[in-house]
Amino acid sequence: MSSVVGPGSLAGKRILVAKPGLDGHDSGAKVIALALRDAGAEVIYTGLRKSPAFIVRVAADEDVAAVGLSILSGSHKELAREVLDGLVAAGVGDIPVFVGGAIPPEDAAGLLAAGVKGVFTNDMPLAQMIAELARALA
Amino acid sequence: MSAVPKPGTGQTQPETRVVTPAGIEVPVVVTREMAGDADPGLPAAYPFTRGIFADGYRGRPWTIRQYSGFGSAEESNRRYRFLLDQGQTGLSVALDLPTQCGYDPDDPMARPEIGKVGVSLFSLSEMETLFAGIDMGAISTSFTINGTAAIIYAMYLAAADKQGVPREKLTGTIQNDILKEYVARGTWIFPVRPSLRLIADSILYSNEVSPRFNAISIAGAHVRDAGCTAVEEMAYTLANGLAYVDELIRRGGDLTKFARRLSFFFYVHMDLFEEACKFRAGRRLWAKLLRERYGVTDDKALHFRFGVVCGGSSLVAAQPYNNIVRVAIENMAAVLGGAQSIFTCAYDEAFQIPTEFSAEIALRTQQIVQHESGIAATVDPLGGSYYVEWLTERMEQGMLEVMGEIDAYGGVVKAIEDGWLQRRIAVRAKRKKEETDRGERIVVGQNQFRREAQADSYGEVFRLDPQISARVLAKHAELKRVRDAARVERSLAAVEAAAAADTRNLMPLLIECCHAYATVGEMVDRLKRCWGEFQEPVSL
Repeated sequence: MSSVVGPGSLAGKRILVAKPGLDGHDSGAKVIALALRDAGAEVIYTGLRKSPAFIVRVAADEDVAAVGLSILSGSHKELAREVLDGLVAAGVGDIPVFVGGAIPPEDAAGLLAAGVKGVFTNDMPLAQMIAELARALA
Repeated sequence: MSAVPKPGTGQTQPETRVVTPAGIEVPVVVTREMAGDADPGLPAAYPFTRGIFADGYRGRPWTIRQYSGFGSAEESNRRYRFLLDQGQTGLSVALDLPTQCGYDPDDPMARPEIGKVGVSLFSLSEMETLFAGIDMGAISTSFTINGTAAIIYAMYLAAADKQGVPREKLTGTIQNDILKEYVARGTWIFPVRPSLRLIADSILYSNEVSPRFNAISIAGAHVRDAGCTAVEEMAYTLANGLAYVDELIRRGGDLTKFARRLSFFFYVHMDLFEEACKFRAGRRLWAKLLRERYGVTDDKALHFRFGVVCGGSSLVAAQPYNNIVRVAIENMAAVLGGAQSIFTCAYDEAFQIPTEFSAEIALRTQQIVQHESGIAATVDPLGGSYYVEWLTERMEQGMLEVMGEIDAYGGVVKAIEDGWLQRRIAVRAKRKKEETDRGERIVVGQNQFRREAQADSYGEVFRLDPQISARVLAKHAELKRVRDAARVERSLAAVEAAAAADTRNLMPLLIECCHAYATVGEMVDRLKRCWGEFQEPVSL
């Protein structure tokens, strides 16, 4: 395993974990938030049912290093698009966006092509997600 | 059941502790002495360890009830007719998130979600279409609906009125369990206390008007899905059940009468014995709680009737056809536990809306278990097994301990309002994920027994018609154009006034709103004006 894995690999990073749209499945988002905190990140969790506009505003106001969107309702394409466009419009298009949830493999490629920096699904080990995130934010 | 495998061999060391997923250490063998009083008595006799019916499934087989619904009412109506033609015996309606959360389709929050995880039912017009050509008096229908359950129930009654079906003939269930929504499923709308009022209104009204209809299904499935154990799933659910009992008593409900119509809903995971024993333990614990704490003596009021869903989070994306086998095992666990209705997930259900092909396999799985396996030939075939009676007892004790912790905190309503229960489940979910990551829980095809280039594709991909959203929006706009606007406004104003007053039962007023073709979003907005919205505690 690479040296960026483990305690402190995300030290000093402020990360927004967000639940866009109406999807109520928050177990994954909370598990990720707790794991990011264990890795040293300062985590902001939005809670459920936030509009893309709200998520963009929090990301800009809080000057976050990354945004993680958790979506299990099948609306990932529309919601990720709205957040990406919103960040650009707010002048913070450089904040990397990651998407997690129930994402069919063929949709993951589309999300990456649209500008999402990484797609995480629930069968991926937490350590691997943290490592990928740490590399992307290094 | 998990054990630490010897590295590299895949073999279990004989001296290793073996624990169930709920953390109960399992002896190598359970003897007669260890089982204590291993005689669980007779079925249909208090405390109902062996079931609530003397003849088990011989008198009445469990209801095969596949959950489905997507798109607009027209698409779902076609799928329901297909399932009924294939021998399904009850309908289970999945609703889209805008309908569940109380938004009309033209709300900006709703647009990306229209018709995605269930059918859009924004007004009575859609409910009428959903049941076109289906006799509402002849089938039982279950709605997975919570935040807007009272409204959907009102809409169901209004649709029956339109079909000319007497309300007292209606059978089925609305989930209507808001407490667990705050903890796990997330389709809450109003704060906890007014939500409890709305639930009590619908239950008390249903008891009078549609006495064969279950106006609540107190559900553990979603907290289980969110990561808690089988013991916690049952304990949280029984704690929520008692909170509803207390609220209904406070509202002047007749306990013996309403307790007869309380029903429950659970998940079943892969540990066959732990799951079967969870149901046996929960059934007798509920009966004991009602009898010992509330003095209920009527057998029917003590009966713990429950539905089960097999699959979901226990399904695995890797090598997805293996899920067919998992669902069959879970199906058997639910039967061995004595479930009244069962829904088997399709093998692709954790990742997409099932295709007609995968949905049919899920249905056939139940029919094979019911008609070929012999599992339903005699009541509670596991009864009297040393291990089963020992484990049932252990699980019951574990449930009482968890319920005691909630009581010690100040009760389930306070635990939810403070976010205490939510945090507890999040921490449990993370621990479960870490155990799977470390390989302490073997998941075939995912963290063990993988092969290079294994087929992780689930075959046919379900694609929702991209025009559905536009069609739903057009129907919604058309409805608002043609309906009697004055009648809509009158009916909504009456709901708002009664909601503010905190005395009248809101159900007759909501039914009038439905008959006037008021929309779900309009009704919810009026209630929000009176009650506000739930403020989610988000600290982790």
